[in-house]
Amino acid sequence: MSHPLRGAAAIVGVATAGIGEAAGFTATEILAQASHAALADAGLTLRDVDGLFTNTAVHSHPALSIGEYLGLRPTFSESSSIGGASFVAYLITATMALQARLCDVALICYGSNQRTALGRLEAKSGSQSYEAPYQPRHPITSYALATARHMHRYGTTRAQLAAVAVAARGWAQRNPEAFMRDPLTVDDVLSSRMVSDPITVRDCCLVTDGAGAVVMVRAERAKEFPKAPSYFLGGAMAHWHMQIDQLPDMTVTAATDSGPRAFAMAGLSPRDVDVLQLYDAFTINTILALEDLGFCRKGEGGAFVASGALAPGGSLPVNTNGGGLSCCHPGMYGIFTIIESVRQLRGEAGERQVAGAEIALCNGNGGRLASQVTALLGTAATL
Amino acid sequence: MTGQQIPGVQGVGGADRRFKEALAAGRFDIQRCRSCGSHFFYPRVICPHCGGSEIEWVAASGRATVHSTTTVRRKAEQGGDYNVCIVELDEGPRMMSRVDGTPSDDVRIGMRVSASVAGAGDGAFVVFHVDGRDAQQEGAR
Ligand SMILES: [Zn+2]
Repeated sequence: MSHPLRGAAAIVGVATAGIGEAAGFTATEILAQASHAALADAGLTLRDVDGLFTNTAVHSHPALSIGEYLGLRPTFSESSSIGGASFVAYLITATMALQARLCDVALICYGSNQRTALGRLEAKSGSQSYEAPYQPRHPITSYALATARHMHRYGTTRAQLAAVAVAARGWAQRNPEAFMRDPLTVDDVLSSRMVSDPITVRDCCLVTDGAGAVVMVRAERAKEFPKAPSYFLGGAMAHWHMQIDQLPDMTVTAATDSGPRAFAMAGLSPRDVDVLQLYDAFTINTILALEDLGFCRKGEGGAFVASGALAPGGSLPVNTNGGGLSCCHPGMYGIFTIIESVRQLRGEAGERQVAGAEIALCNGNGGRLASQVTALLGTAATL
Repeated sequence: MTGQQIPGVQGVGGADRRFKEALAAGRFDIQRCRSCGSHFFYPRVICPHCGGSEIEWVAASGRATVHSTTTVRRKAEQGGDYNVCIVELDEGPRMMSRVDGTPSDDVRIGMRVSASVAGAGDGAFVVFHVDGRDAQQEGAR
C-alpha cells in the first residue's frame, strides 16, 4: 500500500521573475510577478488561490504581507522558516493541505532583491551569542569549516570541489536565464579570491535578485490544466542543529535522514532518478548531498564530481539550470530546485533538457547545512 | 527582572548567565548531566542528549583538539586575516573558537590546544593556544 501523500497533489504552474538583477523593483514586486506568471502557466488567476505558502527575508509576517499584497484571502497559509529549504518543505505541507481539502489551489512563492537592494548575502539570523566573539562570517565560515573537515577526513581536494562549480557553469551556459554564463575552469576557481579557507568566491553561490512561484492542486484535477502535471511522489524534512558546532559529524547532513524517508514514500531509489536539483549554496553542498542521498558512498563525493558525472553529457545530470552557483541565488534558493525540476519533467528545458526525464529529485538546504528537505517529483507515467 | 532558581544550576539565573558570570571571573566552566553523564556545550537548562534537567557545572579541563579550522580573509586595513575553528573538548563537546598565538594558516586539524579566557567582564570569551611541547598534527578521529 503506497503512502497516502504519494501522488496526492501535482504542480501545474511554475514561473520565475527578476532572475539576476531586478533593479528598481522591490522583493514583493518580483514575487508578485512570478506568482502571476505561475498562475497564468496553470491557466489560473490570483482569484483562484486559497492556499498560500511563502517566506521572504524582508517580512516579519510573510503570509500576511504577501497575502495582502496579492489580494488573497487564504483558507490555509504557511510561512514557517527552516531557511532556504523552506520552499521544498512547502511541497509537503501544500500536498497535505490539498489532500485534507483545507485549500484547493496552493501558491508557493518567494522573492528577493538582495543584489540590487543590498548587494550582499542576507543574514538576518546573525550570530548566536556563543559564536559571536569569534566573528564568523555567516554563513560562509560554517561551510568552510565543514569543507575543511571533509578534506581532512576523506582527502577531498579543492580541485574536486571546483569541479562542482565548473559543472554548474556548464549547465548555466545552456540556460538563457542564468546570471553567470562565462566559461569557467577548475583553474579559474582555484585562483579566485579566497574568502574563508578553503572556500573561494567561486565556491560560493551567487548573490542575485530573483523570484519564483509554484502552483499545486489535488492530483484528481491535475489533468484539467494546460501543462503536463508534475506529481508529488514523496518528501521528507530533517534538521539536527543550528550552529555548525552542534552537528554531530560535520561531514554528514540530515539528508541522510530526509533522503531515505522521501524515497520510501515515493517507492523509489536513487537509481530511479533522472535529474537532480541540489541546493548548492557552496560547492561542498553538492558533494554532501550526493553522498547523503545515496548517489555515491560517503567520502567518495569528491572523486565522483571530478569524474564529470554532473556536467552536461555526464551520467547524472545535477543542477541543470546552473544552480545557486551560476544561475541565481537570491538568499533562499529552494524554490528554484522545484521550478527547474518541473521544467525538466515537462520537457521545457531547451538546450539543457535531459532526454526522457520522468523522475526529478529536489534537495533543499537551509541555515548552515542544517535543514535538509528531499522531494521527488514525477510525470504521470510514474504514478 | 529577577532571576529564578533553576534546578541543577547554582546561583540565581539561568545557564547562560551562569556561564558568562564564570567567564567574567576568568573561569571556563561547562555542564554535565547528572542523568546520563554527558558533558555538553553551549550552556542549557536541559541536557540535549537525554532531556534531563539535573545538571551540574564543572571546570572545563581546557584541553581540546582542533576539529576544523578556517582563515577568514579580511583586508589588512580592517584588521587582517583571522582564525575561526571548531575545537573538540576532551570532555566531548565541540565549540566554535579561535586559536591565538599561531598564524591561522599554520593551525591544523588534529592539533592539541589549551583554553584560556580572553577579554574581560561581559566581553570575556574562550580562546585556545597550541600546546607547545605536545603539538602534534595527527590524532584527529
Ligand atoms: Zn543527559
